[in-house]
Amino acid sequence: MPKTFNAKTMEKFQALSQRYPTKDALLLPVLRLAEEEFNGIDDDAMELVAGLVGVPPAKVMSVFTFYTHYRRAGSGKYLLQVCSTLPCALRGSQEIFEHLKKKLGIDSEETTKDGKFTLKKVECLGSCGTSPVVQINEDYYENLTTEKLDEILNKLQ
Amino acid sequence: MPEKTLLKHTDTPNSETMDFYLSQKGYEASRKALTSYEPAKLIDEVKGSGLRGRGGAGFSTGMKWSFVPKDIFPKYLVCNADESEPGTFKDRALIERYPHSVIEGIIIACWAVQINSAFIYIRGEFTLGAKKLQKAIDEAYQKGFLGKNIFGSKFNLDITVHRGAGAYICGEETGLLTSIEGYRGYPKIKPPFPAIQGLFAKPTVINNVETLANLPYILNNGAQWFKSMGTEKSPGPKIFCVSGHVNKPGLYELPLGTPCMEIINNYGGGVWKNRKLKAVIPGGSSAPVLTAAQAEKLNMDYEAVAAAGSMLGSGGLIVMDETVCMVNALYNLIRFYHHESCGQCTPCRYGTGWLDKILHRMEHGNGKQGDIELMLNICDNMRGKTICVLADAAAMPVQSFIKNFRDEFEYHIKEHKCTVTI
Ligand SMILES: Cc1cc2nc3c(=O)[nH]c(=O)nc-3n(C[C@H](O)[C@H](O)[C@H](O)COP(=O)(O)O)c2cc1C
Ligand code: SF4
Ligand code: FES
Repeated sequence: MPKTFNAKTMEKFQALSQRYPTKDALLLPVLRLAEEEFNGIDDDAMELVAGLVGVPPAKVMSVFTFYTHYRRAGSGKYLLQVCSTLPCALRGSQEIFEHLKKKLGIDSEETTKDGKFTLKKVECLGSCGTSPVVQINEDYYENLTTEKLDEILNKLQ
Repeated sequence: MPEKTLLKHTDTPNSETMDFYLSQKGYEASRKALTSYEPAKLIDEVKGSGLRGRGGAGFSTGMKWSFVPKDIFPKYLVCNADESEPGTFKDRALIERYPHSVIEGIIIACWAVQINSAFIYIRGEFTLGAKKLQKAIDEAYQKGFLGKNIFGSKFNLDITVHRGAGAYICGEETGLLTSIEGYRGYPKIKPPFPAIQGLFAKPTVINNVETLANLPYILNNGAQWFKSMGTEKSPGPKIFCVSGHVNKPGLYELPLGTPCMEIINNYGGGVWKNRKLKAVIPGGSSAPVLTAAQAEKLNMDYEAVAAAGSMLGSGGLIVMDETVCMVNALYNLIRFYHHESCGQCTPCRYGTGWLDKILHRMEHGNGKQGDIELMLNICDNMRGKTICVLADAAAMPVQSFIKNFRDEFEYHIKEHKCTVTI
């Protein structure tokens, strides 16, 4: 189904257009708008972005697939991004990851059957002083232990 | 602990608000710059302070500004808030807790180079930081510190927050610019340097968050004050990011040149669990690893760390205790570089891939005779042969881990297991 932005998002789009001297430069920020409004980006969203920005859909696809942080359509309600890079690994991030894997019964890049959680191993989140770190949707959860993580997950509905 | 400057208020409640910042002489430095400094004089002042880029390369900030041609318009400034070098987490604190110091730094830099449009490229994961920055920018517009006729002068400046989307390579300055322009974050061959032909093919200044945050203090307190801290060639305060096996990981703002062991023991609370120090990476994951013996003698300034065979880089000090298997640690890092290579250059795309593959098999007990030589050979074929220095950033850990801990790699190949057991 072709998608359209609602009026509020269109307003944001218009404001963005004033900020950049080329149309191509709108691509990353407008993908963010699509991510926000549709809670994940699929082919239809890319088509919409392509039309608005005025670039071919293939270019949107090429740019979108380069960046790992955009939310893909079909992600769970909660995206659990577990940092696995060295500073976190030195402080037990592997244990955190294994715990989640077991608890949720899914591996990295997979989603639970009820659509609630998506698990993803990611690289350094820029929070190495408070490792291990998991980013859940937009929020950082720091200095984690498996117990703390369980408590946090229990609160997520 | 010596008196803090950049992080002085980052633990204070409401430190991110305009009201708080104004109570700390906020925006007086930028007002002073715009109303009583000729741009050329301001560049001289910053040159004279000896401020060097805090993003990694440590290049003189004033010097970098002076390369920008005066007669080409528009020009751009980009504040590099990509903060993706593993072991680095200082810019996030400045952005979330004291964003006005960064914004004021941007105003000062833009006045010095006569730039009317600035972008802050912030890594996509920092959603909170992007919101706080935007709020602070909105406040600054309301006060007339941004927008048109700033401080009653004829100077105009707009700042746009531009969010990245998860790609380490967008921290590299040309990759970052390509990303803002709306493409895959592919680095470009230099020259042309961004100062001459950068964002949208216009002259562009790119500075790290921490670099810019120093500027208000230099203006308020003077270049001499700045030079009173640190060493002759590496003056000023630096935020050290201490991570890994210490009791108190975190941010410690100290003069450049502070001994590495003082940072680990006096501030970081010492190596955790009463264990012995094995190794440190002094400047973010790309910096060559040093042994405990080297760390004992190390001072944390650009020259001293370079003389010890590593780099001060971004100031990310990763501490490893005696239980760390160096093959495992290197494998972790190389997996990172393999994942983050943008893939444009064959030596980097294949080199990081092969290194990943070899370390994977070594880590899993399947290392082969000749693997060490093979890795070193691959590194030779990566360094200095690519568009950007990510290939070098991946090769340097490999070369230094092997140089300093070769016996562990040999043991892994011969005995199919680690010398250490965690
Ligand atoms: C692979 C790579 C990643 C980088 N990542 C960052 C980064 O995350 N943040 C940053 O400020 N500089 C980063 N840099 C350094 C920038 O290219 C650039 O030198 C710096 O932003 C300039 O600012 P400065 O002079 O104030 O340090 C990176 C460089 C390379 C080669
Ligand atoms: S060296 Fe690697 S990261 Fe840099 S441009 Fe080449 S392939 Fe991309
Ligand atoms: S390594 Fe995990 S946040 Fe940096």
